[in-house]
Amino acid sequence: MSPQPQAAVGAPLSRVDGRLKVTGKALYAAEHDVDGVLHAVLVDASIGRGRITSLDTGAAEKHPGVLRVIHHRNAPKLPYLDNPGSNNPEGRRLRVFQDDKVLFHGQPVAVVVATTLEAAQHGASLVKVGYDAQKPSTDLAEAQPDEPTKYARGDAEAGLRKAAVRLDLDYRMARNHQNPMEPHATIARWNGDRLTVWDKTQWVVGTQTELSTVFDLPMKSVRVISPFVGGGFGSGLRCWPHTVVAALAARELKRPVKLVLSRRQMYFGTGFRPSYDYRVRLGSDRRGRLAAMVHEMDAETSSYEKFEEAIMLAGQMFYSTPNVSQEYRKVPLDVNTPIWMRGPGFASASFAIESAMDELANRLGVDPIELRLRNEPPEDESNGLPWSTRRLRECYSVGAREFGWDRRNPEPRSTRDGDWLVGLGMAAAVYDPGRFPAQARVRLDADGTAVAEAATIDMGPGTYTSQTQVAADALGLTMRNVTFRLGDSLYPPTPPHGGSMTMTVVGSAVLDGCNKVRGRAIQLAVEDEESPLYGIKAEDVVVRNGRLHVQDDPARGETYQRLLTRNKLTHLEAVGAYAGAPEPARHSYFSYGAVFTEVGVDATLGLVRVRRMLGVYDVGRIVSPKLADSQALGGMVGGIGQALLEHTVTDHRDGRIVNASLADYLVPVNADIRDLKAIYLEGEDPDADPLGVKGIGEVVQVGVAAAVANAVHNATGRRIRELPITAEALI
Amino acid sequence: MHPFSYTRASDTREALNAGRRGGRYIAGGTTLVDLMRETVERPETLVDISGLPLREVRATEGGGLRIGALVTMAETAAHPKVRALYPVISASLELSASAQLRNMATLGGNIMQRTRCTYFRDVTAACNKREPGSGCAALKGHNRTHAILGTSDSCVATHPSDVAVAFAALEATVHLLGPDGERRVPFADFLLLPGRTPNREQALRPGELITAVAIPALPRPLRSGYLKVRDRQSYEFALTSAAVALHLRGGIIREAKVAAGGVGTVPWKLPAVERHLIGERPSAALWAAAAEKAADGARTLQHNGFKPELLKRTVERQLRVVGGTK
Repeated sequence: MSPQPQAAVGAPLSRVDGRLKVTGKALYAAEHDVDGVLHAVLVDASIGRGRITSLDTGAAEKHPGVLRVIHHRNAPKLPYLDNPGSNNPEGRRLRVFQDDKVLFHGQPVAVVVATTLEAAQHGASLVKVGYDAQKPSTDLAEAQPDEPTKYARGDAEAGLRKAAVRLDLDYRMARNHQNPMEPHATIARWNGDRLTVWDKTQWVVGTQTELSTVFDLPMKSVRVISPFVGGGFGSGLRCWPHTVVAALAARELKRPVKLVLSRRQMYFGTGFRPSYDYRVRLGSDRRGRLAAMVHEMDAETSSYEKFEEAIMLAGQMFYSTPNVSQEYRKVPLDVNTPIWMRGPGFASASFAIESAMDELANRLGVDPIELRLRNEPPEDESNGLPWSTRRLRECYSVGAREFGWDRRNPEPRSTRDGDWLVGLGMAAAVYDPGRFPAQARVRLDADGTAVAEAATIDMGPGTYTSQTQVAADALGLTMRNVTFRLGDSLYPPTPPHGGSMTMTVVGSAVLDGCNKVRGRAIQLAVEDEESPLYGIKAEDVVVRNGRLHVQDDPARGETYQRLLTRNKLTHLEAVGAYAGAPEPARHSYFSYGAVFTEVGVDATLGLVRVRRMLGVYDVGRIVSPKLADSQALGGMVGGIGQALLEHTVTDHRDGRIVNASLADYLVPVNADIRDLKAIYLEGEDPDADPLGVKGIGEVVQVGVAAAVANAVHNATGRRIRELPITAEALI
Repeated sequence: MHPFSYTRASDTREALNAGRRGGRYIAGGTTLVDLMRETVERPETLVDISGLPLREVRATEGGGLRIGALVTMAETAAHPKVRALYPVISASLELSASAQLRNMATLGGNIMQRTRCTYFRDVTAACNKREPGSGCAALKGHNRTHAILGTSDSCVATHPSDVAVAFAALEATVHLLGPDGERRVPFADFLLLPGRTPNREQALRPGELITAVAIPALPRPLRSGYLKVRDRQSYEFALTSAAVALHLRGGIIREAKVAAGGVGTVPWKLPAVERHLIGERPSAALWAAAAEKAADGARTLQHNGFKPELLKRTVERQLRVVGGTK
């Protein structure tokens, strides 16, 4: 077939669902109108570890409107079958109301179900729980780690000993919470043995498998619906206990049940980016060429599950280093289990590695970009594979030019603006996008419109829009004549909506399905004696605005409508597929970026303000420039939060999260964000996938925190190795 | 939220009657409703006073200002007289909360607002302010934002208001109306130190209603301003803040009004700083020497050890900004 003209892909289109969102017609998990729905409110453990010794539900049950209080003494035993292939980490997942154990502060210990939300909330406050409390272990610095995950190549210790320049640096990163705008919520309804769930999730298939294994139901008996998700940042990547509670309560009460987590409950009812203690030792020659790097990483996990993320990969592949050793230690604590958060692993590792590279550049008196260029690896040294595309040199040069990097004075404290010291900093960014199998169904109707559908999610990046763009071009239709549907487990399966893979894998499946449908239509036309295209070679036909025509003779052709109607076809349909990353891998494939920032530091008052930031990205083809900007700027805002504000604080005496609210857990506000800009290197990555995209949503947060810390050093001469960077560290 | 009844007072007498029977006054509701949702506050009866005629800003004899208790934060900040005479009041308000909150919240409610101590707001934590005798979780807990001045072993929570810092600096007076009639309380006596009764926060008698805050006449020209140091640029409470008003004549500081926020259990007047300034000529050395006294008597906790130094620097900076750089 001929390549299709690209009218929609690459065009700066607005969101196709924008009107629904701004008029309130886009329905989020808690907003679906389900007849006869009851309201459920969780009661959270107020100790950090121990046992429940007493439960007094009398006052709650007497409160008007309260129908039932469910807890471990009256809840049915649930099967909780293993769920291989899910996003549940290794371990034994939290089983709601199955025993008297309290594993972390805030764990659900009961649920109050009532006819109104107000009655359920008040009922929950009336439940009296007695505990045998023990002192929890929640301090990463104090607890014992597990057996580490290790990596080694060469002899890193020997490489360090022989190196002309050595640095030994300790970085600490606070725990961060995703804090999506929409709280997590579930509505569960049973029809006999069939369960329907409206859920805030980044993976309807994941929630479906979890519920089917928890309740021991066939997959086809569970349907999960999630058409709109108000932000995720990773918090919806697994099915959390409250979703099970909603389904359990609905089954017990024999009525639909809605359960919405409060903002406070989001801090222990869903996951978080774990805090890290990351020690880097590196050795280089006098020109800054790395000889050895040793990475020791301690990270939080829960006592019941071993959470892991891709913290090690950046240290293995990013800089040319003959000798590398790594130890990744998970420290089990009396906390709930972490979950991936934007740029998982890489956003943490890059703070340590990219800060360390800046420290090395300063030590050697080499420009930070030049130091990075000297360590640019010709291939992936972790596996010997060639890069697909790795255009970091261009990211650096374009960024340096556009940002005015040559105006940076490498001498700290050399630029002043009134009370503000001004500094420039940069950092590199990398992310390893996922590539898992996905499917999409495409149907072209005889009226010339088409529907594509897949079980994926749109948590904000604009899946509805970008997939419509892909489908419109591949079918040769206008955007208006294509509808993309998502967020329903009845649609063809897709992997989680996360890990920067939706555009790649769902997009490739949509493209494949549309190519198949278009191919069939063309085949039908060229074999149809009544078609003006009869006898033309299929590869010479393209489709534009719903009309098939000879590529070099646009006058000769006909519309889908005519073709299908004449052939008495109501529609053409195909299932498109993306098979996943090629096996064995032929290329090493990553998204890249370079982040530049200028900060002002009022060193007297300890204030840091980001004055401007530029990200330059090598992420393959940009399907949707406006959506890409939303991702890139949003990622920078997230990175600024990680750098300067975000910090989930735990009171180690009892494991309580002290700042479990958006008034106390600080994220940037508009006033903190001044001048952000993103540039995307033009081109595509033909080895990555049929669309040539690499994924953008994660890499845009990576490197931001290090760039800010490096700029703070340039401004003040102070090297801050702990996130977030606060006033007390600078005064 | 606990069940409660709600009545709307159509005049002051009706309000006072309801207040005497134990009703809690509500106007903008921006603090009280939040706290009711968290079950920190559990009033039986709410008396809505937002219809009372307490919305006037007017000049007083001698050149002061009287701001009605129901004037909103936004209205107060924007009022031409406030802007002209006391920029410190406008600035402190504009650096508070968010535009939406400033449109709802009233001045009377602002000075009544309760602490941001997160243990106070978490009903499962020990808090003498919320539940007398239960202990203070903040004393040995996470206390980065907590007070270093005016604390006791019972409570280390800060008073969160910005405009109250300006009122403390300017030595405002709170006008009250109660079952026994009107009375006026100096601002310094209105907000109470925690001592052993941190649950008692204001010198209000049962059923008393704030009707206005009066700012005394001060010699003119009066330069004033407010500096708020905080982790983010907006919508965040102060780590430290300083309200400064100076009157200079003939190049000499004749009058100095200085108070600090974010550091005290109540807005913290700084008389030692004021005394150091009066009679002196502005200079960098003077600002530094005066500010050196700003943290006198400070008692730090595990996580707020940076506050005394930050407070001194905040005061020094704002003295310079208001008083000039000479």
